[in-house]
Amino acid sequence: MTTPLLPREHYLNIRYGILSWLLTKDHKRIALLYLISVTAFFFLGGFFAVLIRLELATPAGDMVSSDTYNKLFTMHGVIMVFFFLIPSIPAVLGNFLIPMMIGAKDLAFPRLNLLSWYIYMLGGTFTMWAVIVGGVDTGWTFYTPYSTAASNTNVVATGLGVFITGFSSILTGLNFIVTIHRMRAPGLTWFRLPLFVWAHYATSLIFILGTPVIAITVLLLAVERGLHIGIFDPALGGDPVLFQHLFWFYSHPAVYIMVLPSMGVVSEVVACFSRKNIFGYSFVAFSSLAIAVFGFLVWAHHMFVAGMSVYAAMIFSFLSYAVAIPSAVKVFNWTATLYKGSISWQAPLLFVFGFLGLFTIGGMTGLFLAALAIDVHVHDTYFIVAHFHYIMVGGAIMGYMAGLHFWWPKITGRMYPEGWAKFSALVIFIGFNLTFFPQFVLGYLGMPRRYHAYPEEFQVLNVMSSAGASILAVGYVIPMVYFLWSLRYGRAAGPNPWGATGLEWTTQSPPLTENFPMTPVVTEGAYEYSRREMRVV
Amino acid sequence: MWSSLPLFPEQASTLAHQVDNLYFFLVALTAFFSTLIAVLVVVFAVKYRRTHAAQVGAPITGSVPLELMWSIIPFGIAMVIFAWSANVYFNMARPPDESMEIYAVGKRWMWKFQHIGGRREINELHVPIGRPVKVTMTSEDVIHDLYLPNFRVKADVIPGRYSTIWFEATKRGEYHLFCAEYCGTKHSAMIGRVVVMEPTEYQAWLSGGGGEMSLAARGERMFQELACHTCHLPDASGRGPSLQGLFGSQVKLADGRTVTADEGYVRESILNPQAKLVAGYQPLMPTFQGLVNEEALMGLIEYVKSLPPAAGAPTGTAPQPATPQGERKPQ
Repeated sequence: MTTPLLPREHYLNIRYGILSWLLTKDHKRIALLYLISVTAFFFLGGFFAVLIRLELATPAGDMVSSDTYNKLFTMHGVIMVFFFLIPSIPAVLGNFLIPMMIGAKDLAFPRLNLLSWYIYMLGGTFTMWAVIVGGVDTGWTFYTPYSTAASNTNVVATGLGVFITGFSSILTGLNFIVTIHRMRAPGLTWFRLPLFVWAHYATSLIFILGTPVIAITVLLLAVERGLHIGIFDPALGGDPVLFQHLFWFYSHPAVYIMVLPSMGVVSEVVACFSRKNIFGYSFVAFSSLAIAVFGFLVWAHHMFVAGMSVYAAMIFSFLSYAVAIPSAVKVFNWTATLYKGSISWQAPLLFVFGFLGLFTIGGMTGLFLAALAIDVHVHDTYFIVAHFHYIMVGGAIMGYMAGLHFWWPKITGRMYPEGWAKFSALVIFIGFNLTFFPQFVLGYLGMPRRYHAYPEEFQVLNVMSSAGASILAVGYVIPMVYFLWSLRYGRAAGPNPWGATGLEWTTQSPPLTENFPMTPVVTEGAYEYSRREMRVV
Repeated sequence: MWSSLPLFPEQASTLAHQVDNLYFFLVALTAFFSTLIAVLVVVFAVKYRRTHAAQVGAPITGSVPLELMWSIIPFGIAMVIFAWSANVYFNMARPPDESMEIYAVGKRWMWKFQHIGGRREINELHVPIGRPVKVTMTSEDVIHDLYLPNFRVKADVIPGRYSTIWFEATKRGEYHLFCAEYCGTKHSAMIGRVVVMEPTEYQAWLSGGGGEMSLAARGERMFQELACHTCHLPDASGRGPSLQGLFGSQVKLADGRTVTADEGYVRESILNPQAKLVAGYQPLMPTFQGLVNEEALMGLIEYVKSLPPAAGAPTGTAPQPATPQGERKPQ
């Protein structure tokens, strides 16, 4: 086997200069713009998390003031949810891969795609401005009437940032849906699509149906705060619980915006590294759509203690169990895919194993929260904090890391250092569990979330959590370092280092600006590994 | 170090073990499924490890019977959890009729409790063992949440409406009382303690307050001061409807609806009298918004509750059992 060389011409070296990036219409370059931006937001949000965990290492609120602490967890939540988790996989990997996976030259609307990034950055700028001029302290949930009548921080500026960024999501979703409908290569029927594309189709439906609701909600909040028109504040004749309904009508589906794309990555990686068809392809594909649809019908399970009628609560509890089933089906199918596979323990698969373990625990603890009687006890405690971090960090970010490693050779043309990547997968897995598992115990013991100071009996578990967070931080810095290192020193990957099926692997790495020298023709399903003679090139 | 590592909160109410039994069931279920997935993943990953570079997996694409199995069995298990937890939730949501009542007002950043007998306290709540206690709560500013972890109960405390929790303490002692809904700067300082006492101790404590008026008596004084009594006469001859025996009865409204006169109804009728106008009366009553604070409102409600049905008055429907949490009319 000869060592592959980088291709002479590709999307990265075809043009140079800052304008060739800022005015690019190439979905791959736009994906990299997003990659740089979401990484910056990730480390900023992570920095706030480190400060939170440092403060919580002791029971007394002795490192920062209460107001500062409240701003820290608010900014951590706002940045991680709206500026990292929601755009991460769709805007980086989805943007880069969807056209390549369906054999297209670009997304359907390349200019709109670039506009989406500018809108995202504008929203980010408003939010950063809010941070710099003093921060915001409402929690990322902006609950009324605190956010409209009591908080004296930069609620409107932050809300405006979220409002603006929402349009970026809507346009990206629109772009994906049109692209998937209209630009598939000849022979690429719906049931030959990679499951990554199905997952992004489902995600895009949530983007365009859900995001307008959060935009309206934030707008109403700004109207009440700025113009004192009573919508949510009872002192002005409004209804504070109405805000929660509107907020969660978007923000619950938003959880699936974060996790569905990650599930798409898992399907690709599991199939590739076990060299098998995905077990139950159509069940995995339709479970994505089922999650997107049912995900819109469970929002009020965030409000079981907010004064709902018992019968309404029962309906939302029932529907929450219904939405759990498609997720369980996916986990069973991925596990079954490994059966009689040809399994290669590469770093992307290790991240996926991490995903499976953490997402299973995250999903199972969701059953606790959908159980009305238990939710009453653990609502707004650290149990919730642990649960959603298992889903969003253990699930969504593990999937994102798996995807970054899997497609890094395609994106950059170079391999990352495999040993370091395996090591970081292990460090992240250990650090993550040490950080968040003790929080389940803390929550059931009764420690409320968003507490700057806490009773002394909770200290040991909090110290464990803070220690885990420091390990987790190291686990995230290592990949940052070796990814940068590999840009210069990584060995050239060749078009298909994993021996993967999928159209993106049939073209050179890094690809040409137009992706393929000529439009590919598809004659089989996405994962026909077992029919292939394997040859890694 | 391990002695200071708590894993499980003390059970101090009749509800606690009901919640915990379900919790243990779910912990076992989670352990089972997580272990199942982990073992399968590890076993497959080791057993089917790639042994030579060109090796491919077996041509398996799926199995409908398996898909049905792992959809239907988890759904069945989920329905068991659903029914079990809904059942316990019903117990939590419906205070027993014989519950002792306490009123609570949350404000940034303190809890104010009023006992019916008149005793008031801040950030402390004294209750007797072995008697169901219903706490009716509202907020003066933003949303708070009264959380008693050792009793496994909590509910949001929302400005502009009443919510309730109930519990029956089973163990003497002092327990945490937390605000569980983020409410600003000193959210984590909006805490206190529940002191659970023997009934005799509790009686002694109640009478130790220095002869405060009962809550209903404070309400009655307010009723006079605000001149409510000039229209709401004991018989039906006033400009406003008689309040005798009103509480818990069914009220026919001018727009044809019938509502139950609960705490939320009385509160709304004082602050926004035209919202639910009683059939046969003119919209004459002015609003008392801004004239009565939350604590005074609770006194007025307690006074209305204390009024017996007038002799000879048409016997309205019997008082209804207390409504479950949240089933009150929105503002």
